[in-house]
Amino acid sequence: MSVFVPEKYWWKPLGPDERLWLWVCVATAVVLSLMMPLYNLLGHQNPSHESYQITPEKFNELTEKFVSENTVREEIVKQKFGATEIEKKIPVVRPALGVKDVYLRARAWEFYPILELEEGREYRVHMSSMDYQHGFSLQPQNINFQILAGYDLVVTLVPRESGEFYVICNEYCAIGHHTMIGKIIVKNKEE
Amino acid sequence: MASNYASEFRTCGTTGLKVHLPAERLFYVNAVTAVVALLVGGIMAILIALTRWPAVHLLPADLFYRFLTAHGLNMLVFWIVFFEMAGLLFASTAVLGSRLPAPWFGWLNFCLMLVGALITNYMVFMGQADVLFTSYPPLKAHPHYYLGIILFAVGTLLACFHFMATLVIAKKEGYHKGSYPLFTFGILIAVILAIFTLLMGAATYLPTWLWAMGLIDGINPAMYRLGFWGFGHSAQQINLAAMVSIWYLIGTLSVGAVPINEKFSRGAFLLYLLGINVASVHHLLVDPGLSATYRIFNTSYILYAATIGSMIHAFSIPAAIEVAQRAKGFTNGMFEWLTKAPWGNPAFAGMALSIVIFGFGGGVTGVTQGVEQINIMSHNTLRIPGHFHVTVVGGTTLAFMALTFYVLPLVMRRELIGKSFAKYQPWIFAIGICIMSTGMSFAGILGVPRRHYDVTFSSAIFQVPFSATATTMLGLLGLGAIIAFTGLLIFCLIAALTAFFGKRIPPNMELHHPPHIGEDSASVAPAQA
Repeated sequence: MSVFVPEKYWWKPLGPDERLWLWVCVATAVVLSLMMPLYNLLGHQNPSHESYQITPEKFNELTEKFVSENTVREEIVKQKFGATEIEKKIPVVRPALGVKDVYLRARAWEFYPILELEEGREYRVHMSSMDYQHGFSLQPQNINFQILAGYDLVVTLVPRESGEFYVICNEYCAIGHHTMIGKIIVKNKEE
Repeated sequence: MASNYASEFRTCGTTGLKVHLPAERLFYVNAVTAVVALLVGGIMAILIALTRWPAVHLLPADLFYRFLTAHGLNMLVFWIVFFEMAGLLFASTAVLGSRLPAPWFGWLNFCLMLVGALITNYMVFMGQADVLFTSYPPLKAHPHYYLGIILFAVGTLLACFHFMATLVIAKKEGYHKGSYPLFTFGILIAVILAIFTLLMGAATYLPTWLWAMGLIDGINPAMYRLGFWGFGHSAQQINLAAMVSIWYLIGTLSVGAVPINEKFSRGAFLLYLLGINVASVHHLLVDPGLSATYRIFNTSYILYAATIGSMIHAFSIPAAIEVAQRAKGFTNGMFEWLTKAPWGNPAFAGMALSIVIFGFGGGVTGVTQGVEQINIMSHNTLRIPGHFHVTVVGGTTLAFMALTFYVLPLVMRRELIGKSFAKYQPWIFAIGICIMSTGMSFAGILGVPRRHYDVTFSSAIFQVPFSATATTMLGLLGLGAIIAFTGLLIFCLIAALTAFFGKRIPPNMELHHPPHIGEDSASVAPAQA
């Protein structure tokens, strides 16, 4: 019994049922183990991003440069704080032709700026945090990445669908965490 | 030599085990503390669950995050670890018939753990540590928060060494001969995992503590995450090894199950030991800083090694129970052994439900979410808590609760109060947890984030239109939480009432009629005198 001493020689060969079960498990594990790297070669959605170390100051500089060079308009948004409501202006940035590197800055508690991307064009989206750890969670696609200060996470993506998408922060970043949200707009080439 | 201590022992009338009384007292305080932590964590649980249910949205934001911190710590750390400390004492003393080498040392590490737990809880409830369970820097808590955790961990580490010392004494002083019983072997694996885990925890929490005191400039967030999950996930493997050992133990106590092949079962425990520490990297699948090769290697080849361990137990425990039941004469058809199992015994029902929920719910969600590509769709969504509530709660907690129904009459020698409630407790708790985790998992699949106060984004600049299905799933989360909380309250009430007011059972009285052929299986409840 499991609480009593086993007989002296308990090292016995497995029975046929046990052997069969073990091989079924091993075979399943081998198949699963092969699928993950294979999908990296064959599939379209993989987390095999690039990442670099970068100081928050440097990343901020790159973001500001990217925003000042590519802003097309500003979006006025409203935010409620209890009874009071404040207005904010957030730049909408549409990367000019030939600009592939796109910057998205996470800071408590905003994603900056609003990105306007073109359907079918390839982008390298750089993400980094200025302070706490943040989460990049693209909705409703439900694509998630971790954003850390000091690291530049680069996701290469091609938008396949036009419309408005939201980026919600899904890593707890202190008390305003649930107000942290950004937007990505995808337009057709003609628009 | 051993005879010097003869007066410190009693013999259990039911199992025939020799119980060292000083160890039993320590066992008692550890178990009681565990149940108190469970109750605190449970109250936090229902409050945060009712907040995540958008129709109720109970708490204000600051309390939500504070109670979420307290919930994680009290459930995942204090309840489970105090209970495991009790398990360590049982596996090393009662099962081997050994004495505890140094009861004062046991009290020392219990006090360290208790003081640590109290300090940490105090800092959290005073609002000095709203950093959630993971306390990812640069979120900073009061230094005493980290100090409390470090004290708790030191106490736990000392208890692990005490366990090892007991195994040595048991052999040296002749209390025990031959191989260790499977239960002790499983707990030994848990202890080895615990020592690794606690060292990893020290490497993570000590610098963070120094940083919180202002002695270190900063903590690299990626490094912290690697260290934290080396600690945090490996800690779940301790729970796993302890839980599986308890499954075997309850199998033996309830139907007299004997492991069919010791090599098979012990080999599976070894796979836990080898596999899981490295596989903890699955928490960092979508983090910057790690190469794809490293992530794939850790989360496929290594993770599956540990999974095969669980698959082996999933085979051998039901097999052991089936063989034991068939030996009693339940041989009609394929499943008479199962239908005639002692389902009215809360320990057996809890164990069986724990196996099913852990295996099918936890195992399947865990293995899928550990796949790189699926992790992109699940990282930090409610799918993650949906997974670990069926492993740590539906699995580990339910197994620990089930064992408590044996602990009360066998160790505390009290007759169970509220037997008819006890009979339904595992079912209520299990159903609640399953509904809650289903709600969480599907809400997560629809994109709802975890650890989030307000998914209607009423005070944000944009309102994400989550579908009505997602809202319904969050309602399901709340509903399941209410049912599970009811089960938890019944458990805490039975445990507390029995421990303090239960009728004392004379030391050498038979508690438990071993089931035999023709007997109604429902009457084999452990507490029936």
